[in-house]
Amino acid sequence: MALCLTVVCLVCSAVVGGAYALTKDPIDAAAQAKTTASIAAVLPAFDGVPEQGKIDVDGTEYVYYKAEGAGYAVISTTSGFGGALTLMVGIDTAGVVHNTTVLSHSETPGLGAKCTTDTHFMEQFRGFDPAAKKLAVTKDGGDLDAITASTITSRAYALAVSNAVKVFNQLAGGQSNE
Amino acid sequence: MEYFLIFVSAIFVNNILLAQFLGICPFLGVSNKLSTASGMSGAVCFVITLATVVTYLLNHYLLVPFGLEFLQTISFILVIAALVQMVEIVLKKISPSLYQALGIFLPLITTNCAVLGVAITVVTKEFAFGGAAPHMLNLGQAVVYAIATSLGYGLAMCLFAGLREHLAGNDVPKAFRGLPIALITVGIMAMAFLGFSGIV
Amino acid sequence: MSSKLHFITDGFVKNNPTFVLVLGMCPTLATTTSAMNGLEMGLATMFVLILSNIVISLVAPMVPDKVRIPVYITVIATFVTVLQLLMQAFTPAVYETLGLFIPLIVVNCIVLGRAEGFANKHSVGESALDGIGVGLGFTASLTVIGIVREILGSGAVFGWKFIAGDGILAFVMAPGAFLVLGFLMVLFNKYLAKK
Repeated sequence: MALCLTVVCLVCSAVVGGAYALTKDPIDAAAQAKTTASIAAVLPAFDGVPEQGKIDVDGTEYVYYKAEGAGYAVISTTSGFGGALTLMVGIDTAGVVHNTTVLSHSETPGLGAKCTTDTHFMEQFRGFDPAAKKLAVTKDGGDLDAITASTITSRAYALAVSNAVKVFNQLAGGQSNE
Repeated sequence: MEYFLIFVSAIFVNNILLAQFLGICPFLGVSNKLSTASGMSGAVCFVITLATVVTYLLNHYLLVPFGLEFLQTISFILVIAALVQMVEIVLKKISPSLYQALGIFLPLITTNCAVLGVAITVVTKEFAFGGAAPHMLNLGQAVVYAIATSLGYGLAMCLFAGLREHLAGNDVPKAFRGLPIALITVGIMAMAFLGFSGIV
Repeated sequence: MSSKLHFITDGFVKNNPTFVLVLGMCPTLATTTSAMNGLEMGLATMFVLILSNIVISLVAPMVPDKVRIPVYITVIATFVTVLQLLMQAFTPAVYETLGLFIPLIVVNCIVLGRAEGFANKHSVGESALDGIGVGLGFTASLTVIGIVREILGSGAVFGWKFIAGDGILAFVMAPGAFLVLGFLMVLFNKYLAKK
């Protein structure tokens, strides 16, 4: 009985270990491809490989990618309606938001989840200049139209972008727009 | 404050049965009578809390340091299975009366996906409450989350068992009898629970 | 061969895992927000079901009765982990959508149920066919529920939108899952489950 269990466990561990060894590289490659694609989506075209870095802003650690000549892509997480909302925010060298994309979210399907499909909402961030306009929804006195019936998600999205702008300001040498 | 938010969120807003769909099989299986439903809830509560602590420690001190996170599924289910067996043996020795009450439900709990579901959620998901930055739960928060989740399980289970006891005496159309009408009842209950969303 | 075909067809109506056996309710309710998600979840479960059925029918004669269940669970958990790794590597987007419910295939009562109720008493070939049949039945049920919920909830099928506007959101959210499954079960009882 004990022998049988031992043999089964050994064989199973071997199978799992083998599968892990075989899939490790494709899994890393897939994660890498996703990051590369989202960086390319949020920044103007650039040459070379973006350089990864970490920075601490207001007590929170942010991961960012520096693309030479194009700007910074910052990963920024806030809490939305259903849980964490993680964005990749691209900010060009002039400090203007180039584009944003959602990396992961757990918003309500059909409501907050529209932050990944509502083009009117997403297009507002394209070319948004935080020095000229306020990164908040109109309800909070800002310059962004919220997604219909999803103010909390929209607020979280705006906050994530404005946090990313803070990160950029610190990275770009401490000049603050506030 | 955060502990309180986790508590409310796990019981009402993200109710494990009505919003996350975990542990549905035993929910439909043993909710015919209020007495069995409360017995099952008690057993689930006990095992979820214990399993979450053990798997959290296992993940934190063994799997993560050695880079073995891919073994989470397989090691967690084995730990849970062993734990359930152990609880059964210990309970039989220490408290025969409690064993009488929970005993018959214990073997069913290994394959209750609520247990594995909570254990995996706690170590993989980032939580965000009340505008705080999202973060992984620490051990204390994980325990509160596990207890609150299982209380939410018990709440939904007992409410539903109460409804079902009333259903049993009614003249339900033939094709609706049994599970279909039960599922529709749960659907309406889930709709009521949707009203809690957004309070945390 | 035709005599063995019933192992496959049984899984659709007579032993339909969702509507008759009422097993594996959690993924059935949770992942069917759209037709595509339902289909993917069904296929993922089928993968584990076929492989675990084959292996368990092979090892069943050698396993002492007392440690039967632990061995089955270990075998199933192994295949689920392999599936998780493969999905992370080759279909990361699908893995992210289905999330928690991929590792939870381990505790899907269908898989353990078929191992205990079928594979340990039948030959490898029959067990493989049973895995395919039950797997297809499960996939079909999930896809149907997904289609209904997607039509009502977002006015689309497999992402192809044919009704403008938002649809009835409740059907994409939790209550819709229970309601659609309940009503589909009524239809199944009335028209398909002939005694």
